[in-house]
Amino acid sequence: MAADLKIALVGNPNTGKSTLFNLLTGLNQKIGNFPGITVDKKTGFCKIGDHKTAEVVDLPGTYSLYPKSKDESIVFQILADRENRSHPDLIVLVADATNLRRNLLLYTQVADLQIPVILALNMTDMAKKEGLAIDIDQLSKNLGVQVVAISARNNIGLKELKDAIANAPTIPTQEPGTDIQVLAPEAIAAAGQLIQTTNPYFALQVLHQHSELDIYTPEQHQQLNQIAAEHNFESSKIQTAETVARYRYLGTILNGIITDTGAQKKFIMSDRIDKVLTHKVWGFAIFLLILLFVFNAIFSWSAYPMDMIEEGFARLTDLGHEHLPEGMLTDLLLDGVVAGLGGIVIFIPQIAILFALISIMEDTGYMARVTFMMDRIMRKFGLSGKSVVPMIGSLACAVPSIMSARNIENWKDRIITIMVAPLVSCSARLPVYTLLISLIIPDEKVLGFISLQALTLMGMYLISIIAAVLVAFVMKFLIKAKEKSYFIMEMPVYQKPRWNNVLLTMYEKSKTFVFEAGKVIIAISIVLWVMASYGPSDRFEKIDQKYEKIELQQDSVAISTLERDRSAEKLENSYVGILGQTIEPAIRPLGFDWKIGIALITSFAAREAFVGTMATIYSVDSADEEATTIRNKLKGATDANTGLPLFTFATGFSLMLFYAFAMQCMSTVAIVYRETKSWKWPMIQLVYMTALAYFASLIAYQLLR
Amino acid sequence: MNLSQLTPGERGTIVSFTDLEMSVKLMEMGCLPGEIVEVERFAPLGDPIAIRVAGYQLCLRKNEASVIIIS
Repeated sequence: MAADLKIALVGNPNTGKSTLFNLLTGLNQKIGNFPGITVDKKTGFCKIGDHKTAEVVDLPGTYSLYPKSKDESIVFQILADRENRSHPDLIVLVADATNLRRNLLLYTQVADLQIPVILALNMTDMAKKEGLAIDIDQLSKNLGVQVVAISARNNIGLKELKDAIANAPTIPTQEPGTDIQVLAPEAIAAAGQLIQTTNPYFALQVLHQHSELDIYTPEQHQQLNQIAAEHNFESSKIQTAETVARYRYLGTILNGIITDTGAQKKFIMSDRIDKVLTHKVWGFAIFLLILLFVFNAIFSWSAYPMDMIEEGFARLTDLGHEHLPEGMLTDLLLDGVVAGLGGIVIFIPQIAILFALISIMEDTGYMARVTFMMDRIMRKFGLSGKSVVPMIGSLACAVPSIMSARNIENWKDRIITIMVAPLVSCSARLPVYTLLISLIIPDEKVLGFISLQALTLMGMYLISIIAAVLVAFVMKFLIKAKEKSYFIMEMPVYQKPRWNNVLLTMYEKSKTFVFEAGKVIIAISIVLWVMASYGPSDRFEKIDQKYEKIELQQDSVAISTLERDRSAEKLENSYVGILGQTIEPAIRPLGFDWKIGIALITSFAAREAFVGTMATIYSVDSADEEATTIRNKLKGATDANTGLPLFTFATGFSLMLFYAFAMQCMSTVAIVYRETKSWKWPMIQLVYMTALAYFASLIAYQLLR
Repeated sequence: MNLSQLTPGERGTIVSFTDLEMSVKLMEMGCLPGEIVEVERFAPLGDPIAIRVAGYQLCLRKNEASVIIIS
């Protein structure tokens, strides 16, 4: 769609900016990436007036143009770079009417960049209820821009806002605010000359944060550093002076504009809820209960759709095999691509449910309380209160959770969170645990009603969380901090969740997961399929000859059994099989044979490959499909060296520990690379997790056998 | 006296900051000299704390609160 106008939404966090964005664009939106950086870029289209279309970009919420976190740095980057594809023709600054002064600080900064701007005062209905009266017309006069009162939550004022956008001038009309020149006259002049701008505030901002911007050449960066050094440019001092000057200016602007008759009313309700939800005892108890609920929901609600998906894909594969011409390409498509796709799609229910619940917790303001309560504990282990969200999220999937760690301002806290998040047992480990537990733990009840198997499962999750916290604790001492850790966070008032937002979040996160993780998983699935289907050609020929001979002698009844024997033998001699046998000496001490070795290798791309691989490898013995579940096949498996059952308690437990700790997820490696912009962190993660898995399994097996 | 020494329910007026870098962040969040701050509650484990400032609630660690000089 070609747009006549590009609009950027800018505002503080918790101002309802995203709600407005959803309201303006509806489902007509997409998430992409800003080129070169990994911040999600939400864009959408919106009809303005009779025949104009506007492209709307939702920029991350920020309190000022000076960024504190990775997400926030994008705002100035987009607004500063006229060449950027997302650079707006018009800014809609969304401000919370109930907290006008602090919200307008950002407005004054943005206005000084000399881009046309409209001020949207959100939550005006709430302000009115609280007894806050704002003189909109006078405010508009004082600022020199259009001011529109809206309430995005209740769909009020949207038409007026669109009218304002349609009538917006193409040149900036805002009154000059603070005198920027006086802050650092010589440095601003010199920088302005260098980067060729007549806008003093732009020059000043570039002096402050040019090292974060990729629009300048290395020489320019060097020259800017020189200018800063020459003119004694002290960043923090000048920022302080600027902020003070801006608030002084806002004082005169807002003078006589706000009449407050019912001060503090909005906090009464929130205060009451907080007395319980952040209570010393009840606070933690309720948090635990909510966690339990989330946990339960992820598993029990998703069971039915997951079965449906699994069945659907199985049927699709069968259908394909029936109707498509036999051959390599069909096999590749069905057993490589479709199987890979099925492995991704199956996680959508869990991811959608998890993100729905997380977005409800965020929307209502509860997540801020969790962060508040947990900060002290998390800090002891080198994390921050804000690490709680990614850690909980990792119960479903580390990929989106690692992405959500962007909210953590402090670099060290963020890196540690990213490094340990994949240790928390994700949903892909669930099928592995379920299968192995059913093999090694008897189906008995403790105290008459608690299933021993369920208890073991919970134990595995606990072990994984404890491991994550301990590793974080170690990393706290190993990683050097770039800056002081701090924790300054707005505590929003409690609100009802916006169901539209919840639905959209579910949809968006699932989509991102499918496309981001999907690419890698499909690629690896194809490679694995090829490696498992082919081997040194002479070996395969021999197997083919052997079975053809047997087939000739046998009657047709046994042919399906023969086919399975044949594929099992082929797998043994395929490249993957050879690889499994090669690593066997290394994994023997953990209690694994070469067949499990194959599963470990195929699981390297994605651990959900485990069950499928085991099913293929152990598909020998009985011809009766119905009676032979994977479980029974594994139960009957014997160790080739000793002749004893392979899956003893020791082997099973050791294998579970291995899957709990090992980094068997290409998507996570890829996302960590994307988020940290270097191979250093994903490699460290891969090595430490593999080592941890190996030694944990080794110790467990040697002690238990 | 600094903000971290107050107990819930007590209030004071911001006078100045002892840490320049932190002061920028705090001022952006509305903690300006001259503003009245009231400590609302401590987190269950005593840290961070929640304060009322400039018409909203802000949480910060005691560490950060200690750079805010109040009277």
